[in-house]
Amino acid sequence: MYGWVWSHLPGPTAVRVVVALLLFIAVVAVLFRWVFPWVEPRLPFTDVTVDESAAASPLRTLA
Amino acid sequence: MSAARRTVGVVGELLITAGVVVLLFVAYQLVWTNIAADRAANIQTDNLEQKWGGRTPDDPEFDLPLKNGAAFALLRIPRLGDNYRVPIVEGVSLDDLAQGVGHYPETALPGQIGNFSVAGHRATNGEPFAYLDQVDVGDDVFVETGTTWYTYEVTKEYIVEPTQVGVILPVPNEPGAVPRRRLMTLTTCNPRWDSYQRLIFHAKLVDELPKGEGRPAALGGEG
Repeated sequence: MYGWVWSHLPGPTAVRVVVALLLFIAVVAVLFRWVFPWVEPRLPFTDVTVDESAAASPLRTLA
Repeated sequence: MSAARRTVGVVGELLITAGVVVLLFVAYQLVWTNIAADRAANIQTDNLEQKWGGRTPDDPEFDLPLKNGAAFALLRIPRLGDNYRVPIVEGVSLDDLAQGVGHYPETALPGQIGNFSVAGHRATNGEPFAYLDQVDVGDDVFVETGTTWYTYEVTKEYIVEPTQVGVILPVPNEPGAVPRRRLMTLTTCNPRWDSYQRLIFHAKLVDELPKGEGRPAALGGEG
């Protein structure tokens, strides 16, 4: 998988390393900006209010 | 390379990727949310102090109706540190709670008769109530508004189910009762890294000091 990506990156090794790094940073940015904030409310750490609809989180058994 | 070997290779890479993503999420949750929340809380505090700096004696204590997501008071709990100061933001959505502690909108305001109730994160997102369990009955909790220092004294600490909304009623746990006392309630999750219970503190107003007359002695006195 990553071998396939690597072989499809353009240019000499140095350029490929830079492009690969940029790709990695872009993926991390997408995770931090959109994916993780979406996941977060679905985990049990963030429930601090009393609420009649305080539904059981599917992961509430997580210690 | 055979198809089987290639498949194993791809599966291995996917598993490693999943591991890295989980580690990144841990970093996000434990480090990044705190950095972002501390920054947001500082902005809230700065905005509030700037607003208070420009107020005249005729201005109301609170700009009603309170604006969701905006701070209207500051919380100090000396037990949690001399420099412990957290903005109290209107609302208890996750966005609100990521900028300080949140005020349950339907509850009283600081100093009023009823039950001024706030919620705060105990883990991640700035975690203002991370060590709230160290607060004891008898400890002082200070709420600073544009005009006044309110001193509340903790009267009770206990743990409830997340659905027990009675703790933030005007008279806690007594639906329909007519409030006569000026109370404050703090809620957070319990145990710290989970959410199957809530840790509750009740406090009662014991003192109020107009800001022109200095600061409460426990906060160093003077102005």
